Amino acid sequence: MTETAFFDTLLVVTMIGLAIWMIVVRDVFAAIIGFMAFGLLLSLVWLRIEAPDVGLTEIAVGGGATGVMLLRARGLASAGDAMNAVPSVPFRVLVGVLAGAVALFLGALVVFPPAVAPTLAPLAAEHLASTGVGNPITAVLMAYRAFDTFLETVVVLLALIGVWSLTPDGAWGARPRVASADVPAPLLLLAQWLVPLGIVIGIYITWVGADEPGGKFQGATILAAMWMLVMMAGLRSAPALSSRRLRIALVVGPAIFIAIGVSGFHFAGAFLAYPDGLAKPLILAIEAGLLISIAAMLGMLLAGPPLEGDRP
Amino acid sequence: MTTPLALPFPADTTPGGFLLVLAILVPIIGILLIWTLGSRRTELVALTTLAIGAAIALAILTELTGTGSAVIYLVGGWRPPLGLALRADGLSVVLIVLTAIVIGAVGIFAKGQFGYDPDAPEKRAPTVFWTLLLGISGALNLIFLGDDLFNLFVAIELVTFTAVPLVCLDGKAETMRAALRYLLFALLGSVMYLLGVALIYSGYGTLDIALLKSVARVEPLLFIAIALMTVGLLAKTALFPLHIWLPAAHAGAPAAASAVLSALVVKGSFFIILRLWFDILPAEATGLGAQMLAGLGALAILFGSVIAICQARLKLLIAYSTVAQIGYLFLMFPLATGSEATPAFASIAWTGGILQLASHAFAKAAMFLAAGLVYDAFGHDRISGLAGAGRVIPITFIAFGLGGMSLMGLPPSGGFSAKWLMLNASVGEGQWWWAAVILCGGLLAAGYVFRVLVPAMARPLARIKVKGPVSRRRELVALALAIMALLIGFVPLEPAPLLGIGRGAEAGLLVPGGLAP
Amino acid sequence: MTGATFDTATLYGLCGAALVGIGLFGLVLDPKPIRKILAFNLVGAGVFLVFGVIARRGAAAGFGGDPVPQALVITGIVVAFSATALAVTLVQRLSSAATDAGQPGQAASVPPKGETGTPGQGDAAS
Repeated sequence: MTETAFFDTLLVVTMIGLAIWMIVVRDVFAAIIGFMAFGLLLSLVWLRIEAPDVGLTEIAVGGGATGVMLLRARGLASAGDAMNAVPSVPFRVLVGVLAGAVALFLGALVVFPPAVAPTLAPLAAEHLASTGVGNPITAVLMAYRAFDTFLETVVVLLALIGVWSLTPDGAWGARPRVASADVPAPLLLLAQWLVPLGIVIGIYITWVGADEPGGKFQGATILAAMWMLVMMAGLRSAPALSSRRLRIALVVGPAIFIAIGVSGFHFAGAFLAYPDGLAKPLILAIEAGLLISIAAMLGMLLAGPPLEGDRP
Repeated sequence: MTTPLALPFPADTTPGGFLLVLAILVPIIGILLIWTLGSRRTELVALTTLAIGAAIALAILTELTGTGSAVIYLVGGWRPPLGLALRADGLSVVLIVLTAIVIGAVGIFAKGQFGYDPDAPEKRAPTVFWTLLLGISGALNLIFLGDDLFNLFVAIELVTFTAVPLVCLDGKAETMRAALRYLLFALLGSVMYLLGVALIYSGYGTLDIALLKSVARVEPLLFIAIALMTVGLLAKTALFPLHIWLPAAHAGAPAAASAVLSALVVKGSFFIILRLWFDILPAEATGLGAQMLAGLGALAILFGSVIAICQARLKLLIAYSTVAQIGYLFLMFPLATGSEATPAFASIAWTGGILQLASHAFAKAAMFLAAGLVYDAFGHDRISGLAGAGRVIPITFIAFGLGGMSLMGLPPSGGFSAKWLMLNASVGEGQWWWAAVILCGGLLAAGYVFRVLVPAMARPLARIKVKGPVSRRRELVALALAIMALLIGFVPLEPAPLLGIGRGAEAGLLVPGGLAP
Repeated sequence: MTGATFDTATLYGLCGAALVGIGLFGLVLDPKPIRKILAFNLVGAGVFLVFGVIARRGAAAGFGGDPVPQALVITGIVVAFSATALAVTLVQRLSSAATDAGQPGQAASVPPKGETGTPGQGDAAS
């Protein structure tokens, strides 16, 4: 067994072990911490299978932000509010068999893949030059399948509106409360020192995403995390739901996307097509708008809805 | 060894193709406007957007019937498999027009509801309701037009995130519990679907449905992928036994939202199942699976109807009726069998199934809106307390009754035509057992509809207590929807030519009129 | 179909398959909503991993993997995060509503204020 094969096997065994532990461990808090560790390991896996862009997304969104989100609910959920009764033994067995069957079929398909793995990589490479960007994943997200990316930002916006829809009536329009009553000194220190650095990194990751691994989703998550840190440390309070500046920050990305997309009807012959030679600047313009909007959306998702009114 | 890579999409954007983009984009623009313009214009923006959406739907219908072939748009000019295509055929257009009518009617119904006041500061319920209504209309249009399986994944997530918050718009713990259960089922469905999408890509290197039709092979990978996706979508469509989230969710939502959820939202995921089974799976590969789907459908019809009869509350009765009526849709799978001479979509069962879908949408929307009016009038929806209610608000109960007539399958109604066509198909195909289920379901539906109607129309022993007035406009909207359910019963009882436009190779699935590859 | 292949990608693909199975089991059977959400994220991670392995096997044209499925996974991760946020908020609000209704539970970390009806509530309930 070579060293890398040993490393791969160890990683897989640890991850599966963590996954099982997350399901069986009684303490919710422990399970959530397990999930965050799992997210870190998973991002290593993405590097091992040559997908650094996904690895960055995983570490920022999948493990990091999701973990923070789950931690927010941990205390409240411990009271229990069981969705279903503890299932009967025959039902457990049935579900176990079905879940096992799905895993088994999947495993079989992984071990016995089609003789020739189909790929769109050559096609993506062929048209890369016309998009002006060097990172093929950015080309997929912002050109070939830009429509998906546009709709995805709408998905996140609607999820945020869904979260806000859970605001108690009296608190509509108020500020979500994020800061804890007494901020621990290390947190304050962290917020003061890390945040400027984090903002620079977030913007940098978005900027290089055109040609190197990175992009607006990863960059926006880092910005959202920094924003969260500032809010938690009490340096700034979260914006009110009714704040006009917040509303504009939320829609500016999708709006620029639509504006450039629709102008494509006229200037480039199709919705979301870019005129020759202008592809890269237009993509960067959209990404800049999306960076603001997605950071605002993710930050407000992390902050959650306001639970009490602050208006007279 | 043949190359596994799919051929490039063999059709170009058709002249009216931009309409497909607009059908999806316009509701999203409406949402962005609502969230920036402030509450003074919320209703105005939403209703204007719905009106423009209806005009776009009609324009697509005109374009399709005018050219007699599919309307296609290659987004960004990128050709699948690398890019994304939008595509409208006869079936999608029927659903788009249906969606525009029902959501438009619900919009007129909901005007002024949820305490909306243009001169007051922004309020939660109206802002959220109108945003989500627009969101659902855009998301459903995307489902009906998307030709790419991952694009459809984004669409079903959009539907989930708009439908779930509608369930708990009243902010009560009870409805939030129903919403959470719905969300968990929907998310389970989404991951199963996405898993299938991954497997399909691993086999064929494309996610475009039109391309998959030409490259899909009868092999384990395809079966496993389609099975996973179907199970996932069944959880969202609430086919028995995955229906358990539906009654509480649909009955707990505000009436206007229930109407949209029951009439349209469950049909979105059903539509994708139809496309998987009839547009991707080779016809010879569907036999056993089709019987299983119909078997679950039959159980849904019987089980849902019996439980509906036992309900004490009107909205729950209507919700369980949805569980039953969804069952009929799945009888399409074994009955709409194609052959060399007549493809599946040219069979009477296909037309019958789509008629069932449309007539149920109109009838159910009408009935849920009527239930909302009952609540407005009497302050409750306990069936036992509605004796004589029909004499106080006759229009509401006429709407409920006409809708119920369609569910029972009494002539003349869309439900009658639908069930008649499916009955004939099951006799014609020699599968008489489905005919027995259809007849039995009709009798049971009569049971739950008359259980409400008979006492409501009778002379009450004691005067019924009226809580508040009922808006005449809202009553007329419910009535109009019920009449639509009736009117579509007058289509000829034969395969509808509109449903054949743009389907099948000879009808121009791959080669639209005048644009050879 | 050819014979079995076993390389790094296969190993991680099998890991993905196992995660899907483990997650599905927890998602259906665990009665606590917060743990169902956690299990949903496990299934999601498994599905994304399978997708990633498919991308890796499609390495060509000088790329380490097929960029199309990789981009789809990035979209999927962001969508899954949004779903988690909505679900977590629902759990959180349900929990505080339960406390509000005087059910025995944990220390009220959120003062349930301004929860009672306002104009429009009655209409929304109809």
